[in-house]
Amino acid sequence: MTVTEVRRQADAQAPAHVAWRGFRGTTWRGNVDVRDFIQANYTPYEGDESFLAGPTERTRAVWAEVSDLFPEERRRGIYDVDTSTPSSITAHRPGYIDSERELIVGLQTDAPLKRAIMPAGGLRMVENGLAAYGYTLDPRVKEIFTTYRKTHNDGVFDAYTPEIRAARRAGIITGLPDAYGRGRIIGDYRRVALYGVDRLIEAKRAELRTLDGEFSTDAVIRDREELAEQLRALDELKRMAASYGYDISRPAATAREAIQWLYFAYLAAVKEQNGAAMSLGRTSTFVDVYLERDLAEGRLTEQEAQELVDDFVIKLRIVRFLRTPEYDQLFSGDPTWVTESIGGIGADGRPLVTRTSYRYLQTLRNLGPAPEPNLTVFWSPRLPEPFKRFCARLSIETSSIQYESDELMRPRYGDDTAIACCVSAAPVGKQMQFFGARVNLAKALLYAINGGRDEISGEQVGPAYPALTGDVLDYEEVAAAFDRMMDWLAKTYVNALNVIHYMHDKYAYERIEMALHDYPVKRTLACGIAGLSVAADSLSAVKHATVRVLRDVTGLAVDYVVEGDYPAYGNNDDRADAIAVDLVRSFMDKIRRNPSYRDAEHTQSVLTITSNVVYGKHTGNTPDGRRAGTPFAPGANPMNGRDRHGLVASALSVAKLPYEQAQDGISLTSTVTPDGLGRTADDRVADLVGVLDGYFDAGGFHMNVNVLDRATLIDAMDHPEKYPQLTIRVSGYAVNFVRLTREQQQDVIDRTFHGRL
Amino acid sequence: MRDEPRNGATARLHQDTVARLAQDSTARLREDAAAELCQAEPAAGGGVIESWDVSVGVDGPGTRFVVFTCGCPLRCLYCHNPETWRMRDGRRVTVDEVMTEVDRYRRFISVAGGGVTVSGGEPLLQPRFTGELLRRCHESGLHTALDTSGYLGDRASDALLADTDLVLLDIKSYDPRGYRRLTGGSLEPTLRFARRLADLGRPVWVRFVLVPGHTDAEENVEGLARFVASLGNVERVDVLPFHRMAAGKYARLGLAYPLADVKPPDQDLLERVHAQFAAHGVTSV
Repeated sequence: MTVTEVRRQADAQAPAHVAWRGFRGTTWRGNVDVRDFIQANYTPYEGDESFLAGPTERTRAVWAEVSDLFPEERRRGIYDVDTSTPSSITAHRPGYIDSERELIVGLQTDAPLKRAIMPAGGLRMVENGLAAYGYTLDPRVKEIFTTYRKTHNDGVFDAYTPEIRAARRAGIITGLPDAYGRGRIIGDYRRVALYGVDRLIEAKRAELRTLDGEFSTDAVIRDREELAEQLRALDELKRMAASYGYDISRPAATAREAIQWLYFAYLAAVKEQNGAAMSLGRTSTFVDVYLERDLAEGRLTEQEAQELVDDFVIKLRIVRFLRTPEYDQLFSGDPTWVTESIGGIGADGRPLVTRTSYRYLQTLRNLGPAPEPNLTVFWSPRLPEPFKRFCARLSIETSSIQYESDELMRPRYGDDTAIACCVSAAPVGKQMQFFGARVNLAKALLYAINGGRDEISGEQVGPAYPALTGDVLDYEEVAAAFDRMMDWLAKTYVNALNVIHYMHDKYAYERIEMALHDYPVKRTLACGIAGLSVAADSLSAVKHATVRVLRDVTGLAVDYVVEGDYPAYGNNDDRADAIAVDLVRSFMDKIRRNPSYRDAEHTQSVLTITSNVVYGKHTGNTPDGRRAGTPFAPGANPMNGRDRHGLVASALSVAKLPYEQAQDGISLTSTVTPDGLGRTADDRVADLVGVLDGYFDAGGFHMNVNVLDRATLIDAMDHPEKYPQLTIRVSGYAVNFVRLTREQQQDVIDRTFHGRL
Repeated sequence: MRDEPRNGATARLHQDTVARLAQDSTARLREDAAAELCQAEPAAGGGVIESWDVSVGVDGPGTRFVVFTCGCPLRCLYCHNPETWRMRDGRRVTVDEVMTEVDRYRRFISVAGGGVTVSGGEPLLQPRFTGELLRRCHESGLHTALDTSGYLGDRASDALLADTDLVLLDIKSYDPRGYRRLTGGSLEPTLRFARRLADLGRPVWVRFVLVPGHTDAEENVEGLARFVASLGNVERVDVLPFHRMAAGKYARLGLAYPLADVKPPDQDLLERVHAQFAAHGVTSV
């Protein structure tokens, strides 16, 4: 008998009716309410990291088995792919890394790193993705998805207007999830562990019954069909788990089962959806209740508890999707955004930090740094000091953690909120986002100057408003023209998003994720902007310096000469920062004026991920002096090198952007050299804690912290083999540096490093 | 100053380079430096600064608002702020203006931990301005630090020092001849200032830039360590490894970079120096 089998038998001996033994509280027993369960049962931990265990031999061995495949995967782009099986919850036979030694089981396909095809989102994405890596789609699959079954992608292009197509082609609206899964929906995977699937099916049926008496309008019919699909998915989830030898119809009775059940639920989601971001939620403190119970019962040692977490995290690290090289240009490094939200403070003032919050973060040491899962700490100056120091220490060691403001999120969404993707918050199991990528504000400014003509192609993309004609740009004129162009942009953008999400619901509905949400769910229309700092600096230049326009023979403004200095965004100088704040406000207003699909609440993010490079490439010379093709700053960052007063001044500029007007999140990526945080290891930890406290106190929403030397990155560019796990945070997520394109690597190196001198 | 490093020939060659520089541009620069001493300080309520910055962990404890004053009577060979040498290159500001800027960071600094540091240049070249800045910050509850070579320590009044929570005192060498070669000035005023700070019981962090071939001689470090240990008010010694990151600035300013051939200290040397401080019971980092 294998180790796994022994354990499985031991757990199976725990009768189902004792699954909730020792748990306190009542509300959660009668209703599906994981938050109530957590609040009634978790044990806050205010101590330090000294209790933590290192990796066991078993953990090292299993991790080595998969990480040994990484160099080959990096070399070929993908390790392997199943070209003939459209993926579903139950499509693939069970797969293992090492069935003898794994503690938590389940893979997306029948082998590690073997990718699946998910054609419901779009067939072209699948075909191009396969072609890029030398594979061909099974002709039968192609026949099915061209002759018999329509895809999301087909639907979208049936309903796009010529205007949307032109805006998309010109790169003023890009990254739209119109050819792939939209993601950004976090199922409450914890429910499966706490209640077992049968109980969830019962609750879903009750939700469906509430519609029995409703008249069959469009909305009611759609809801009934969706709920029926959710029920079907829950059934498939049970079958998938059964194929691995587990009966998850009942609640989990041990910590290992709780993690396994939770993982099966998540696995079902990533088997069926190639979502842009497939986030995990907020699981560590939930899992802690089970681990602490097992520890108290003597079922587990700390070493074994850590081992379970390590094994779970290994699984999360190898989630893979088949994507195209164009997609990777936008979002490099093969990201999956398995975002896990850790820490924060509860509504009752108790920190939500538990020993398992530490155990999750400890995986960065036990398995080495990695971009996934996307470890996200909900920061509050009120967090326990030892936890703050632990996070800071790990950030300094690994550059793998991002921080988001618990103080901004909790009052709006409650204390059981998680981040989808990078910076986008939602209460778990109650709210979902219609992911909308972003528009290019810098390019919109150029359109305003050129009367809607594209500055690169000369084509008329936007409305043909009169172009500005003076030799020197006049601030009032530019601002008025920009305002009008943004009206057009917001309208075209929301138009496109409505089409996309209508079709996604119709052709690629997220059955299992939505099955793990309450009905009815709250929806947001998650719009976004890129190029904020370029647009703000350009306006500042026009206002405070003299900007001369150079036009080509067709009258197209193609270059600008800036005479004199202008205050730049990123120096805590209101003259420039106020312009950025106004842009965020005014674009949000414009977005809100356009009706949204399914009455979703309009939001926006200031986030680019790595697409700042591609956006820059598609944008001509700008009035701030930026040259055509130069990357934008990522997210809400000030332009590289223009934030001259250090990390704090730069961060305080970003903190001024109003979260109310950008509830989908505002991303700041800070890179600081180790010396730029202090002279001793202890000083650096204390100083980083101080900076995070200060930034979030000032109203900052998000900060990626990289503690790196430029020299290290340059060396890693030239000798990638020496840095297989070098992880750096980009806008909202982390990447293996060596998996970035050379262009993106150069962009990261060119960014501002805050340090001595 | 130590003249017998591991590879004597290179060192001699290097010494020659320094000597040559000392004869032309460095000499000229040092005449300039002496002229700075005669610069009149702007009227009360004002001063000359090069810039301000907000740094973390490098200009005193925590997050610091740092004012870089302009003008310095020394011309250290390794100076990494050559743009702050001459008062006439800076911009005139009022104390009120600086305080307005400080106020923008007051909240951040109080939450993050930190304070205000007056650095330079040489802030004591403008003792009235520096004193007023320190006083205003100190009175408003901010931790204050003064980053100085101590060369003009005599110009710091007791009142100014009472408004200074921490002095970051650069002792660039303990060997008078070495000090002069490195800075163009004499060591004694700095030592006198250090003793005075000790008498006043003001907390001090000594800063010592470790420059191979210039400040790394065992007896030099030994002397410094003994001296520091005798003071009783020095909380720690920052041993700052020499680096060449300022070379770019020199090039931009059209200046020759005198230490272009000097390499940063290696790990062995750093360990030796830390051990020397430790042997005297001095905390060095």
